[in-house]
Amino acid sequence: MPTTSLPHAPGVGFKAQHFAEICETPGRVGWLEIHAENYMGAGGRPLAQLRHLAERFPISVHGVGLSIGGEASLDRDHLDRLRALCDAINPAQFSEHLAWSTHDTSFLNDLLPLPYNQSTLDRVSDHIDQVQEVLGRRMLLENPSSYLAFVETDMSEPEFLAAIARRTGCGLLLDINNVFISATNLGYDPRSYVDAFPLDAVGEVHLGGHDEDSDDHGRPLLIDSHGRETADPVWRLLDHALERMGPRPLLIEWDNDVPDWPTLAAEAERAAQALQRLAVAA
Amino acid sequence: MSGQSEFTMALLDPGRPTPAIVTDGQGGAAGKRFDVYRNNVIVGLIDALETGFPVVAKLIGAENFRQMARVFARAHPPGSPLMMYYGAEMPEFLANLPQLSHLGYLPDIARLELALRESYHAADADPIDPQGLASVDPDRLCLHLAPSLRIVTSAWPIYDIWRFNSEENAPKPRAEAQDVVILRPEFDPAPHLLPSGAAAALASIGAGAPLGALDPEVDLQTLFALLLGHGAVTGFAEKETT
Repeated sequence: MPTTSLPHAPGVGFKAQHFAEICETPGRVGWLEIHAENYMGAGGRPLAQLRHLAERFPISVHGVGLSIGGEASLDRDHLDRLRALCDAINPAQFSEHLAWSTHDTSFLNDLLPLPYNQSTLDRVSDHIDQVQEVLGRRMLLENPSSYLAFVETDMSEPEFLAAIARRTGCGLLLDINNVFISATNLGYDPRSYVDAFPLDAVGEVHLGGHDEDSDDHGRPLLIDSHGRETADPVWRLLDHALERMGPRPLLIEWDNDVPDWPTLAAEAERAAQALQRLAVAA
Repeated sequence: MSGQSEFTMALLDPGRPTPAIVTDGQGGAAGKRFDVYRNNVIVGLIDALETGFPVVAKLIGAENFRQMARVFARAHPPGSPLMMYYGAEMPEFLANLPQLSHLGYLPDIARLELALRESYHAADADPIDPQGLASVDPDRLCLHLAPSLRIVTSAWPIYDIWRFNSEENAPKPRAEAQDVVILRPEFDPAPHLLPSGAAAALASIGAGAPLGALDPEVDLQTLFALLLGHGAVTGFAEKETT
């Protein structure tokens, strides 16, 4: 099974305010990603826009609310909504996060962290099996941005993700910004993380902006904000990853303080140049 | 207690200590690092409420709204990942806040804003050609209403208050009770003022009553002009005589 059916080109996270410009002047943007939960109403403008876009662009459906790392069983209603959305637009890709967001009946609207050990591995793998079975498609699982560590962690994140991919057959979504954030926050080398990552399983790459803060001891604390341009060291880390794994679909995520279309298109252009450099080097 | 129970309680209650299951990565307390999640969760929910209730926010002021929303979000976190519907408990929550009891209309404005959001995401349906209705005996005519139609009744001038805080140059609110119907011709829902008694008639129509069964005192002509003019009638049937 191919790792992805998205093109090895830049894509952007779709925002409704860019609808007309994306259709008229897509520039180097070759595909779009949507947040699944924003399209789970019964009708209206969001779904009408999505149907229109799906006729022109390959679409990646990115879930932010399934809580794959949750201690409880997956929400079957939510899984059915995801299946209905995927059946309706037949996206090129479906992806979700290595995180949890629902506890008991509360949805916390954030991607919350997990300890990496055998018991989390068993639970997350079972949930991914269920997702892939219900959707009838292979999914990608995304590495999180981390601000803290767990006492009960006894595996590295690349090891953990590699084990999940082996066990479930799922692909991986490598968020380069998240790697840079986590490595800075937890004090390891981001390049070594990339080198240890199971790159053959990567079907999509994310890029996005972060904010800089510091912890109680004055050590750097980067926050995954998706509210600005991708930082220069993240672009350099992307080059490093692309050299090792070859071209991939590259997504620009910009979810807060969303800029005008030319600014977002310029970020996509920068991603296109990274792919071009790679082609020239090959 | 499970790890995620402890984590969740500490996220929603800043008075609780940082969970002992997490560290700063060097064996120290997570401290400010855990607060990143606390902040993401609560600010994310407050932002969603501010986006979802713009007129309530305008009426009490952005600062007051965000303080109120912080208390609301901790008491009522979302019950599903469909954030578009978040805040269903807001009208009742506002009605029970002593600090806001002088703004008696506020809960109904929140109901109106919830109904606008529901309408925005409701199923699509094509309107009928009104010409087709001419052949049916009006007394036996049953109308099918658009799934995006919502009725909001109130003892307060909610239509005027909503307009005054949403549109430029809108007239000042009148001192009267107002009922509103929300109609969505294509994708943009908007409230419309209903004639006196029409809300009950419209609810009866929605429940399948033929026009002959409606209160004759209600200004049905104005009501139908409103519905047909905004594409809110999506089908009809003739009730069989029994």
